Amino acid sequence: MTVTEIRKLCLHQLAAMAYKSKVARQGRYSFNAVNGRYPLELDKKTLIDLYTTMLTIRRFEERAYSEWSAGNLFGFVHSYIGQEAIATGVCAHLTKKDRIVSNHRGHGHCIAKGADMKKMMAEIYGKKTGYCKGKGGSMHIADFSIGMLGADGIVGAGLPIATGAAFAAQLEKSGSVAAVFFGDGACNEGEFHEALNLAGIWKLPLLFVCENNQYGVNTPASYAMSAKDITRIPEAYHIKNNVVYGNDVEVVYKAAEEAIALLRNGDGPYFLECQTYRWHKHFLSKALEDLRPQDELESWKRKCPVVAFETKLLQKGVLTGADLESINETVKARIEDACKFAVDSPYPQPQDALEDVYSA
Amino acid sequence: MPGQDGCDAAARQVLERQMREITYEQATLEAIQEEFRRDPKTVHLSTDLAAELQREFGPDRIRVTPIAENNFVGAAIGLAGSGFRTVANLRMATFGFVALDQFMNHAAKITYMFGGQAKFPILYRMTVGAGISAAAEHSISPYSMYMNVPGLKIILPTTPYDAKGLLKTALRENNPVISFEHVLLGGMKGEVPEEEYFVPFGQAKIRRAGSDVTVVAFAKMAYDALEAAEDLAKEGIALEVIDPRTLAPLDRETILQSVRKTGRLVVVDEACQTCGVAGEIIASVTADKETFGKLKAHPARVCGLDLPIPFSPPMEKFVIPDKAKIVKAVKAIM
Repeated sequence: MTVTEIRKLCLHQLAAMAYKSKVARQGRYSFNAVNGRYPLELDKKTLIDLYTTMLTIRRFEERAYSEWSAGNLFGFVHSYIGQEAIATGVCAHLTKKDRIVSNHRGHGHCIAKGADMKKMMAEIYGKKTGYCKGKGGSMHIADFSIGMLGADGIVGAGLPIATGAAFAAQLEKSGSVAAVFFGDGACNEGEFHEALNLAGIWKLPLLFVCENNQYGVNTPASYAMSAKDITRIPEAYHIKNNVVYGNDVEVVYKAAEEAIALLRNGDGPYFLECQTYRWHKHFLSKALEDLRPQDELESWKRKCPVVAFETKLLQKGVLTGADLESINETVKARIEDACKFAVDSPYPQPQDALEDVYSA
Repeated sequence: MPGQDGCDAAARQVLERQMREITYEQATLEAIQEEFRRDPKTVHLSTDLAAELQREFGPDRIRVTPIAENNFVGAAIGLAGSGFRTVANLRMATFGFVALDQFMNHAAKITYMFGGQAKFPILYRMTVGAGISAAAEHSISPYSMYMNVPGLKIILPTTPYDAKGLLKTALRENNPVISFEHVLLGGMKGEVPEEEYFVPFGQAKIRRAGSDVTVVAFAKMAYDALEAAEDLAKEGIALEVIDPRTLAPLDRETILQSVRKTGRLVVVDEACQTCGVAGEIIASVTADKETFGKLKAHPARVCGLDLPIPFSPPMEKFVIPDKAKIVKAVKAIM
């Protein structure tokens, strides 16, 4: 494919989005920001929690970006900026007993699930005090103690693993569930279809969270995916599904609430497509070219999930400017602590590489 | 009361129990049954119904999966990360290739990549080997490919006794284990005690002691090597036949000690020669200064030819090692 071809396809992508909007207007979306049906029926504490989590992810990712820009980080860093509402809205319904499987763009999932940002940042820095003792890095953060079963660098690979986590939940009969986060790119992998099929026949308590950011690196989903409406795929597998505007945290929250209630009731699996856009390139890189149309990117930046929610909280009088400032200060301090912890921590010794190949 | 053979009834009972013979396949089933009785947080996944297991343990734990190897190999990882031990039977190693993403990128690496936070107790089983006219796809012995990916433990049981003991050990392991089981050995009978026992990983078995040539042979090839040893003994050549039993970990020390004694080494492997485990063993021997200094001849390998396994019996027999090829290789270095 040439750049021109990709850009041309992006126009097709917009056409597909227009089709989706049409579907939305016909009532396909449960809650749609476009038509202004904001629920805003959540209690104040929930709203503040959602805002705080989203803001934390945003500030963490901004810090990761600045640290990367300063040359302090190694390897691949995939930024979650732009997609914060999805991890936040979904994980708000999960406890430590519920398990999630993440992907290469996993920082947001970790934070939303309650991971320790100090250990996260230390891992991203390659320090001994990181979650994986410096053996995983940004792409492979896990915290099994909170049900975060890890991030994988292979697109689609978390899906089979998540079926196992959901099967475990089913066997435990405790009402716990599993959720797996993946993008539109993963929907073209065989593992995606295998996982849908298995979850369907075993009625697994598994929430498929498709973060449709519309691109696999630079390749538009409109080119790569024959099924233009992703939810027609789970539909074909007889799996309940919904598609929502993923930049509205309340919308995602409500949709996930409905889905997870079904799962806890033994009425799984469930497929939730959240439409969104990533702000950065596929991974932070000076060399990688961003072939996405700039006007498209700018239009999605104007639909910033954090700013939109913040504006609404102010307008509706849920929070005052002083409240926002106070939350911002707290978040900023936590990120600062995390970063300081990472910077102050020692690197692993070279021979630490010899440990952890096997468990005892 | 002693009988004619001098044993009293109780002693004879013990003797008879020890002499019990069951098939290799039955031995593997017993290992799973015993461990599943002990630990309720165990599940079995296979594309064919494991009927006997399901009758005892029920359909919740003994599941039939769709033919989607990558999915259930991965599901075992998710189960492990959630506190369950899984046995996943892929049937044939040829189907294992369908699941290489989950084997190589995940099962092998999760322990390490996540800094040893969690344990991944999984037993994957698949058959290997030629000899049943199953043609190229279904006759492959790809264990050396898996040996090249650190993080997996790999076993290759030869006898019913080892099959049960190694699988029992595998079912207490907290790491992903792959058991490669030769397709011709499933129906083979052998002595298996009724008492519980375990065969540890990383301990080779000297199947026959001898002073002239060390022959390292795996799985079905160990039987061919023992037959070759019988024949050569009549000509005054004493083979020491070593069966490593597990490939990861590999008991290099037993092999080195034997070669220091005999000064000669032949490695017999049914898998293709190039980049195979035979080459790895020979490299371990020649790279060890003390052992190298005691070699009386160049080490030799008797391996499957570097070809896909052909279907028709005359050709199939031609490409895999047998007793005659082992005898010839031994004589060539005497």
